[in-house]
Formats: sequence, C-alpha cells, structure tokens
Amino acid sequence: MVSYILRRLLQVIPVFLGTTLLVYYMVFALPGDPIAALFGDRQPPQAVIDALREQYHLNEPFWVQYGLFLKNLFTFNLGVDFTQQPIAATLGRVFPVTAMLAIEALIIQAVFGVLFGVFAGLRKGKLFDSTVLVVSLVVIAVPTFVLGFVFQLVFGVHLAWAKPTVGANAGWTDLILPAVVLGLVSFAYVLRLTRASVIENMNADYVRTATAKGLSRPRVVLTHILRNSMIPVVTYLGANLGGLMGGAIVTEGIFNVPGVGNKLYQAVLRGEGPTVVAIVSVLVLVFVLANLLVDLLYAWLDPRIRYDH
Amino acid sequence: MRFTRTSKALGIMAIAAALALSGCGAGGGGEATASVDPAKIIKAYSNEPQNPLLPANTNEVFGGRVVELLFEGLRTYDADGKPVNALAESIETDDAQTWTIKIKDDAKFTNGEAITAKTFVDSWNFAALSTNLQNNGYFFESIDGYADVSAVTTTTDAEGKSIDTPAPTAETMSGLKAVDDSTIEVKLAQPEADWSLRLGYSAFFPLPSAALADPKAYGENPVGNGPYKMAKEGAWQHDSQIELVKNEDYSGPREAKNGGVTFRFYTDPQPAYTDLQGDNLDITDVLPSNALATYTSDFPERNSTKPIATNSTLNIPGYNPNFQGEAGKLRRQALSHAINREEIAKVIFSGTRTPAKAFAPPVIEGFTEDVPGADVLTFDAAKAKELWEQAEAIQPYDGSVLQIASNTDGGNKEWIEAVANGFKNNLGIESEIQPFAKFAEMLNLRKSQSLPGLARAGWQGDYPSLYNFLGPLWATGASSNYEKYSNPEFDALLKEGLGAKTPEEANTKFNEAQAILFEDLPGLPLWDQARPIVWSNNVVKAETGWNGGVLYYNIEAK
Amino acid sequence: MTTNPNHFVAPVEETPLLATDSKITDQAPLSLWAEAWKKLRRRPLFIISAVMILILTVIALFPGLFTNVAPNENCQLANSLGAPEPGHPFGFTYQGCDVYARVIYGTQASLAVGFLSVICVLIIGVTLGAIAGYYGGWLDAVLARLGDIFFALPLILGALVLTQLPMFRENKSVWTVVLVISLLAWPQMARITRGAVIEVRNADFVTAARSLGVSKFGALLRHVLPNALAPVIVLATLELGVFIVAEATLSFLGIGLPPSIMSWGNDISGAQAAIRTNVAILLYPAAALSITVLSFIMLGDAVRDALDPKSRQR
Repeated sequence: MVSYILRRLLQVIPVFLGTTLLVYYMVFALPGDPIAALFGDRQPPQAVIDALREQYHLNEPFWVQYGLFLKNLFTFNLGVDFTQQPIAATLGRVFPVTAMLAIEALIIQAVFGVLFGVFAGLRKGKLFDSTVLVVSLVVIAVPTFVLGFVFQLVFGVHLAWAKPTVGANAGWTDLILPAVVLGLVSFAYVLRLTRASVIENMNADYVRTATAKGLSRPRVVLTHILRNSMIPVVTYLGANLGGLMGGAIVTEGIFNVPGVGNKLYQAVLRGEGPTVVAIVSVLVLVFVLANLLVDLLYAWLDPRIRYDH
Repeated sequence: MRFTRTSKALGIMAIAAALALSGCGAGGGGEATASVDPAKIIKAYSNEPQNPLLPANTNEVFGGRVVELLFEGLRTYDADGKPVNALAESIETDDAQTWTIKIKDDAKFTNGEAITAKTFVDSWNFAALSTNLQNNGYFFESIDGYADVSAVTTTTDAEGKSIDTPAPTAETMSGLKAVDDSTIEVKLAQPEADWSLRLGYSAFFPLPSAALADPKAYGENPVGNGPYKMAKEGAWQHDSQIELVKNEDYSGPREAKNGGVTFRFYTDPQPAYTDLQGDNLDITDVLPSNALATYTSDFPERNSTKPIATNSTLNIPGYNPNFQGEAGKLRRQALSHAINREEIAKVIFSGTRTPAKAFAPPVIEGFTEDVPGADVLTFDAAKAKELWEQAEAIQPYDGSVLQIASNTDGGNKEWIEAVANGFKNNLGIESEIQPFAKFAEMLNLRKSQSLPGLARAGWQGDYPSLYNFLGPLWATGASSNYEKYSNPEFDALLKEGLGAKTPEEANTKFNEAQAILFEDLPGLPLWDQARPIVWSNNVVKAETGWNGGVLYYNIEAK
Repeated sequence: MTTNPNHFVAPVEETPLLATDSKITDQAPLSLWAEAWKKLRRRPLFIISAVMILILTVIALFPGLFTNVAPNENCQLANSLGAPEPGHPFGFTYQGCDVYARVIYGTQASLAVGFLSVICVLIIGVTLGAIAGYYGGWLDAVLARLGDIFFALPLILGALVLTQLPMFRENKSVWTVVLVISLLAWPQMARITRGAVIEVRNADFVTAARSLGVSKFGALLRHVLPNALAPVIVLATLELGVFIVAEATLSFLGIGLPPSIMSWGNDISGAQAAIRTNVAILLYPAAALSITVLSFIMLGDAVRDALDPKSRQR
C-alpha cells in the first residue's frame, strides 16, 4: 500500500510538467498583446509598454519563457502579475476562500445527493423518484447565473438570511449561499449516480443473501446496498472537487467571491501567463491528490479491489 | 472587467481640467431628513486598482478614484467642474509661457512632511522621467525640457519589431524651478493659454520623499495630503477592498462629510447592484446593463442620472472595399440612416443614453446640433434603402455578412444585435456581431487593419473640449485613430482651431472640421452617455461631479 | 421487486443462475446486446422516450414544418420582450424576435452540440477509462495522468485557444464547440468508467468467463463493460443537458457558436439581459432543454435496465 502511494505521488511530476507546459503554451498562443490590453483605449508611452513586455519576458520565445518559469518555480519565486502583485501572495489569498467554498459545496452535494439518491433508488418509479427527477432536470436546465441570481435575491435581499455577496474576509457562514448554488448541478449528478447504483445493487446476490439471512432492512440498505453503490459516486465527487475549485467562475462572479475561479478567469482574459499557470499548478496537485484518495477509497469500499500486486 | 473598456479611463477624466458644463441632471439626492452621522463609513463600489497607487502611474478608473481622495494638488475641481485653487495661493503668467505658482504655507502630508515648491518640482520630475515608466508621464509634455527627460531609443528586435527603451538625456526638466520654498516657476516650451487648467490632474499631485525613494512600496501604502488617508498599514486588501478614513488635518475645499470610504471590489457590477438592494453596499456608479430598465423603480428617490462627456461610434474601416469610392460613401450614409438610435436608446439603454447629434456629446462646450450633414444621423428606413440601392448600381456589395466587432464584456452585445437587426431589416443584408472575449484581440485586429467589418468604439473625454473628441480619434496618425482615417483638410482645420485666439473661434473651426467628418463618415456617431448612480438607505445625500464621477467626500450618511 | 422477507431462500426463478444458464445455452456469444434490444422494445419507458427523441429529431431536421415564422428575420426592437400574441405564441425576445420560432430553429444546433459532444466523450472516455481500469499497471498510470492534465485545463482557456486555431477562427461551427467540450470533458467520463470497471473486473462472473476460455479483451467487452455501464449512462444523459448549457456559456463569451446559428444555449444566455425585467423568455428554451434531457434520461434508464442481467424482471 505504501509503495503504491509513493508511486502515485511520483507520478505528480510528469503530470505537473505536462500541465504547466500545455497551459503555458496555451496562454502564450492567445492572440493580442496583453500589455496593450491593460490600458484599453488610452495607451501610455510606447516605452512603458515595451519596458513591461521586457519585465514579463514577453518578447522571448516560448521555450525561454517556460524555462524561466520553471527556474523561478524551483527557487520558490513565482514573480509578480501584471498589476505588480506577487503571485504567491495571490495564491495564498484565493485558495483558502475557494477551498472553503468547494468543501462546503462538496458536503452539501454529497450528503443530499446520496440521501435523495438512495431513497429515489429504493422507491424507483414512485412519486419521490419522479419528484427528484424533476428537481435534477431543473438544476440542469436552468443555468447557474439564473439560479444564483434568484437565490441571491430571495435569500440575500428579500429574506435577508445571508449577505447577498461574500466580499472581503469571507468565513464559512458567508459562503453557504454560494456553496448551495455551486453544489446544485453536481447534486443532480450525485443523486442520479447513487440512484442508478442502488437500483443495480438492490438485486445483487449479496443483497438477496443478506435479506434472506433475515437482516433488517436499514442494515441491508446501509451496509450492503449503500457501501457497494458508492464507487461511482466517490469517483464523481473526487473528480468534481477539482471542478469546484477551478471552475466556479460563474458562481464566484455572482456572489463576488474573491476566489480561484474569479482570479483565473480574469487572468486568462488578460493573457496573464504566470498567474494562470501558477493557479493551474496548484489545481493539478489538488486533482492528483483527490484522485489518489478516491483510488484508496475503492479498496476500502470494495475489498475485492487490490492495489498491491 | 465587465463594463466598457472606455470607462477604464475615467480616472483621468475624474481629475481632468474642466470648463463649465451645459449638463443638466438631478445631481443631488433627497433632502436630509434623518440626522447625518459624520463618522459613518461609506461602502462604495470599485474594483482592484491596476497599478501601485502613485498618482502619475494611475490611469484607470478604480485606482484613480482612490488617488483622487488621497491627494490634493495645486488646484481641484468643484462639483460643477470649475477649477479652484487648492494648495496654490496664486497662479500667474504674463505671456502664457512662464508661469509663477505660489504655494500655501503649512501644507503637510499626513506623515508630517512639509509640502514645498521643491516637493512639486521633485514629484513632477519623477513622473516625467522616462526611466520611471509612469503611465501619465506625458502630462508634462508642455514643460520646457520634457523632450530630454522623456527621450527613448528605438531598436529593432530579431523579428523586426521596434522596441522603445528609455534613454533620457537629462534627469530634470529645464523649465521647472523651485525659486524658494513657496514659489514654483514653470517655463513651457511654447505659450499655452489654458495650461493652468490641467493642474488639478492627478499627475500633478505632490509626492512625499518616501514615494520617490521606493515607489513600489509606497504605492502599496500611499501617504498623501487629501481629504482621506489610508485607514492603516495594509488598508489595501488586494482583490477585496481598500479602506480610507477621513483625514482630520485636511483643510481644503473637499472636506469629507463622512468618516471614511471603503472601496469594495467587484469584478462584476451585477452582485454590487444586488448588494445595494440589500443595503450591503452604499453606492455604485456602475450599473449592470440589465438593471437599466429598473434602477429608478428599485431605488426610488435614491438615484441620479447625469449626462457625461462620453460617446459611442461605429467605425467603418476605410480599407474595406465595400466602403470605398462613391458607392462606399452612399453605403456609409445608408448604414447611418438604418440605425434607429432613438428606439435603441429607449429600449436597450432605458434612456441612459441619448441619440448622438454630432461627433461630440452635448455636454461639451461648443457643441451644436447644426453641423452641416448632421441629418445623416436621423433614422430613415426608406432613405437608407434608397441610398444602398444607389450604391448597388455603382458597385454591388460583395455579399458577405456585415460583422460588427465588439468585446463581449460590458453589455455591448444587446445594442449591437439591435443595430445588426436594423441593417438586416432596412437594408436587406446579413449582419451580426463579431464577438471578442478578449479586448486585446480586437484591438490587435483594429491596429493591424484586418477587421472584416465594422468596429464598436467609445470615447471618454479627457477634458470637456471639442478638440478632445476630434483630434485623438480622427486626425491623421492620432493615437486612437485605429482605423487610420486621414483627411488633410480636416487636419488643417483642427490645427487652425488649436491656434485660435478665443475658445469661440476655436470651436467654430472644430465644427467646420466636424462637417468634414459628416461628409466622410469614417465612423457613425451612435449615442452620448449619461452616468446613472444609485445609493442605499444608509445614504442621505450623494451626487456626481461634472464628469459623472461620484463626489465621495460629499456623501452624507446616517 | 424486493424479496419477500419471509423467504429464507430466494425462489428459484429469481436466482441469477437461471438467467445465466438460459443465456449461455441458447444465444450466440455477442447476444447480450441483441437480447437487450429484444427486451428494450417491449418497455414503455423506452417507447415513450424514443418517440420524444424522434419528434425532437424531426424538429431539428425540418424546423420549417413547425413554424412559418422566419426566426431571425424582421426582429423589431419595438416588440422587445413583448407578450404572446396570435402568431407568436411565446412572445418576443429582448431583440424583438419570435421566441417560439427561435426555440424551434434552435433545436438543431442544440441537439447537435449535446449529442455529438456526448458521443465523442463516450468514445474517448469509455475507451480510455475501460482500458485503464481493466488492465491497470502502467497503462492505467499513463492514461489516468493524461486525464489529470486535461482535467486541469480551464474551460475558457481551452476554448479561447482552440477557437483561435486557423481552421476554426474564420468559421466557428457546431463542430468547434463539440471539439472544445469533448476535449475538456472526457477525463470525467474516463474516470467514472475506470472506477466502474475496477469494481467489476474482479467479479466472479468475469473470473468464470476467463476460466471458460474467453480472452482477456473478450471478457472486458462482453462481461465487464456491460456491467459497468450504469454510471456511464447516468453521466452521459446528464452531460447531454450540461453540454447544451455549456455551449451557452461559450457563446456568451464570444467563443462558442456565431450568433447566426440559433441555439437554446444562445437564447438562454441572451435572457441574461432581461433577467430583472422578464425572466419568462428564458423559460421556453430552458423547458425545451429539460424535455430533451428528460427524454435521454428515460432512454438511459431503459437501456441500463435492459443491459443489467441482475435486474431482469418479467
């Protein structure tokens, strides 16, 4: 087991290199001069623009730029972004906020998704099942910008249960509203994945055996059906953690969360290579670790799965 | 950023030289019914400043509004845009070339450092020196010796791209002298009668010695002399907010009527608007485009809308073969007649924009609706169709879809679709938006003359002069003339206007120049903008200045 | 459907043995799919969803049969957000176009984006995920890490760059959007497939099949995959809807479909302009989207039931 984990951790290196290379190249390939874009319609003297291009090595060929990035990385110097702010400080600001948001969203979607999914599966074709089907249709078909907006207006303004937006110095409670909105789409996935697994496992041999042995229904559901239904759900949740951390652009925008998604979006639109790559690098680590955790959970959920060969 | 790119430049405008404006508008809010709390902190909409907070380096709206409150220059502008002396005791000249400025005694930065003539001279030399790479360094171009401190050498790199490197031949401007502690003497390169108007620009603000020693560190925690100061070390929380508190030692014309301003950063105006509805924010000057129809009912008695010196045009590149020659001229007129400006202003902008009547907005001194040729701006579907058909007879349109280039942020999509539908319905051609997610990409195509169709453009006046809406945009080789329009006759008239003895005479020339634009139609004026603001229940009174910028120091809250 | 708790031994007709026996004795090796199809045809769930999808397909292919209003012609701003009136049953959009006609004409692009993207994601994701999960070892490591790299790419960055490629810059089409979505969405599918395959690969029936002489690859195809399809189908049916909405996001940013190609996504994101004044115009394209997703979810459920040897009920 230990050697498996070590091997997996070593695999981070090629993934990291591959991702940074790809992402850096993509930002490099974006059209438009990012420095000129900083100033919009009112350009400063050309010497200022050229000096900034020089400072950010934008005149260098791609390999030189990427090499410099790697070199700086190993000296723990991420450099500054186009607003002259240290990128390391930016990472230190945005990731804690987004991590809180993602964890809350993950908990919400996991708890409610699994709960509703199990009941829907056990009562397949009944009223409850149809109701949650409609709910999942709604959260998929109504885009986040509408859902978020409606939640904000109803809970933030009219009922005033929470502040409409998050803003500076966000805490756990400030993030509940955006976390609910963020978790809703994935909630539909978790729910339907759980439901499908439960339906499949309900007729499995071991469930019949357990029932035949006279085990109580809750016991059968919990230890036999649920545990064996969890693999796709856990896989999805693990993969989704990354999506929640990096892809919450719309939700973070609506609730003005100063987090990763917001920053990444701005940085991509500005063509700010170093910031984009720095953020993505951290995200890659999150993905890889989350996936490792998921794989370890497989073995726990289903003892037939072994990793030590 | 999700609002128009042009509004980035507001920072300059907010501090720009001013003339009395013909603008009307509500201006003030409701009467003070509740008792005003002078210690109340105002939470105001803003976004992350793009540069360290050095006045001469701040050329965008969000840094600009902070710098403006932190510093006080020789002059400032009152709510109507009239320049008034602030730190200056007197500003005198006999020949419009040599200026003598007397500074008030006892002026101090909040760190106790005295402000003398030398402070100004050092600050200005710092800002102008090209190696300091200050964005607003060019504001000193009129001063004798600027050419030496701003010199650059141009080299060509391996790919044939030219690169400017600062190479000043002097450290200080020869025309700038501190005669004694309270007297500055400025010699301009040539006479400029209205030079003193610009002394309220942020580029002219004084800097303490710490700023010159380490500009970057200073820009994080600036120390100024304005109506507000930073609340504490680290009051600028990046990507979150900046906290300013009242400077109790300030004794100028802009004394704060509240306890402080916290600028909260929003990357999107939408949540700010919702925050205001929940009284979680006190004032915003950027409304989401989908709230334009509802803001007066969402914030009854708590809104104001004032016209500002900003307009929009639809530029028609001269390199497009469809718009060349006699047929091209007819087509440009046809396009202009096919836009129902009135209806779009009403439906899409809910009256926050008004149909353009000229190439400059009405708030500008010298504006007239009666420039010859201005009737091309009226909507006339029949005439549009007729002109288009005349053009077809000369040279048929190539049948391509007429694309209108625009960045997709900032709520431009809706009006462009409406304009495109107008072209479709009235001219019988296909037309659609050419969307750009990145503003830089569109700018690149405009600069390299390779847009397939038309380009959306907007201009926010640096200062309310007719010339500022003509020269930088349409003069041959001008900085923002991206479509490279060129007409020697037009250039000549502008030059005559600049050399005119009186403002009236100058404006006559500029309006003659406008007539040429109406003849050539290198761009179609669309509409002029107003600046709506809304405020929360905590605010008793709020108003905007001549240029649409919120007068934060004047906000009264309970 | 649940076993009577009074039975201590399951009745013989409910034991999987019977079914397995009957399957092996009288069917050809690849009969699993054939048998599934035979069962499928008799299911009401399948029939209803198939009819709905058929109708949607007809609308997509021949929109002119369902409306005689040309959706993009003669949009008058004066009608902006207008209420329904005779000839215009759903009212007017922000730009004054007919909502009903736009929903009808938007079917084609939306279905194409959703369906084609899901197909691409299924092909890439299921293939790579199944191989990774089934064979394990270095193959798994390489494929899974490859997935990590693509998973880390921000959607807008990928879309911005891909749409700049010379072949797409001048003619963005449904295929551009399909490419962008597939390229960034396949790792999710791969991971789900991989997890499901890992779960099934050690099952008794797989071991049994192998010991009966079925090749390793054959066992994957015939025994592992069909039993691992449940989560794949769930994911695919939901993603169909999510992809159609993702197209809206891309189009809104100017990196999706050009405005001349009508789609529900375009209309949904266009409704953002009217979110404070008239949300109703959003409901029609969203409802169309819901009906589509519902049809495919029902279809997915039916297919999954038919394929699952354990849940066979008569």
